[in-house]
Amino acid sequence: MRIVLHIWRQANAAAAGRMVRYELPNVNTHMSFLEMLDILNEDLIGRGEDPVAFDHDCREGICGMCGCMVNGVAHGPLPGTTLCQLHMRHFKDGDELYLEPWRARAFPVVKDLVVDRSAFDRLIAAGGFISVATGSAPDGNAILVPKENADRSMDAAACIGCGACVAMCPNASASLFMGAKLAHLGLLPQGQPERDRRVMAMEAQANRELFGSCTNIGECEAVCPKDIKLEVIARMNRDFLHANWIGRGGLKGD
Amino acid sequence: MQYRRKQDIHMSAVAINPLNRAVRFYEAPIGKKAVMAVTGVMLVGYVIGHLLGNLQIYSSDPQQINRYAAFLHNPSNALALWGVRLILLAAVVLHIVSSVQLWQQNREARPLRYYKKADVPTSYAARTMLWSGPIVAAFVIFHVLHLTTGSILPLHDIGPNMPDVRYNVVSGFQNYWVSGFYIFAMILLCMHLYHGLWSMFQSVGISHPRYTSKLKKGAAIVAILIAIGNCSIPIAVMAGLVTY
Repeated sequence: MRIVLHIWRQANAAAAGRMVRYELPNVNTHMSFLEMLDILNEDLIGRGEDPVAFDHDCREGICGMCGCMVNGVAHGPLPGTTLCQLHMRHFKDGDELYLEPWRARAFPVVKDLVVDRSAFDRLIAAGGFISVATGSAPDGNAILVPKENADRSMDAAACIGCGACVAMCPNASASLFMGAKLAHLGLLPQGQPERDRRVMAMEAQANRELFGSCTNIGECEAVCPKDIKLEVIARMNRDFLHANWIGRGGLKGD
Repeated sequence: MQYRRKQDIHMSAVAINPLNRAVRFYEAPIGKKAVMAVTGVMLVGYVIGHLLGNLQIYSSDPQQINRYAAFLHNPSNALALWGVRLILLAAVVLHIVSSVQLWQQNREARPLRYYKKADVPTSYAARTMLWSGPIVAAFVIFHVLHLTTGSILPLHDIGPNMPDVRYNVVSGFQNYWVSGFYIFAMILLCMHLYHGLWSMFQSVGISHPRYTSKLKKGAAIVAILIAIGNCSIPIAVMAGLVTY
């Protein structure tokens, strides 16, 4: 099958980028999207051209490295998957695909389709952790967790931090990512000691990273490869309002 | 010996500066969204109350709406009237200022646009909040100039503090341009509320898989009912169903 690709080429962070057209005459329908890009790159290297840089690692949808915009949709048209789990059988012969990197001020382009997502790491460093005593392993089931809370926490913990939510959000907001982390930790007893401080600190850090804010429209939820729900953002809002007005802690959080 | 107030020496005593809290609250986008939600509730509450008042124009007693207006304008109610007006004005200002600040921040969060961008679930109403908002605001100014200050068409009074609402409404809506603008603005208000009425719950943290879908449907129904109620008046006047 024949696929026409328009790919954002940008030599480095400082360079200006542009869309470049590539034609792939023989794409196998069993290929994954990234394998198709591998084929393109082999071809480009053979011709002595610079291959297209794109992030990838596990190629089984669990690491959160891969991802780009495919025709304006993060991770492409198949819901609930990362780009590596998208196969070419979902496209038609002759399709034209526009590939662009995640675009956000907080995610500067490194090269071509690769962006720097360290802003997410700094959000986690600001509050996305719990403090535990190291040493010998605690007794199993010493701390009781309601099954429903464990399930909801696990659903939120499925977030792989790929950045599709930021990329898809018209405001480049990291709310779904933060909401997922806050729900993941805040639904468990181990997450309670730092709960108020966590939301205040992550919120302040998101502001410093120049992420946008949530307008409650759900683009993030629609493209999230792990199906994180918009409900976690409401939970974050509630946690923030609670920490700000009712919490007894100081406001040093950041 | 004078009694001296005991210093709080409890472990739980912390310095709580309400000003710091308020600044920190408003600095955060989540705080601004909460401000928009709360002022939104106030404004939509007024819109519903205003609509219920207006619907008295359909009363079989043609003087009903004028009696209601005379009641509102009664000098003994002046304090309440101006109190409500000032609160509404404050709500409008806060709603607009926080939305503009959020919009600015959101625009700067993505300096380089996408070459191609799809809107997967975003409704037309949600995408156009920044258009429906200012147009409805412009309409509110027009509406006040039209029926409160009489700057657009001359207003009739029955007596001091007794506006002839029925005459003013009917004569105004007989003008197709005026009616057209009212209907256009009400459709935009409907779209604004279609997104906003649900969104305000999410902004203050109310979301539950059991209730959110019902809340969204309920918000859409209320938005449409408000638009139908408001649009019915100019349409009824133009159709000759409501006369002076």
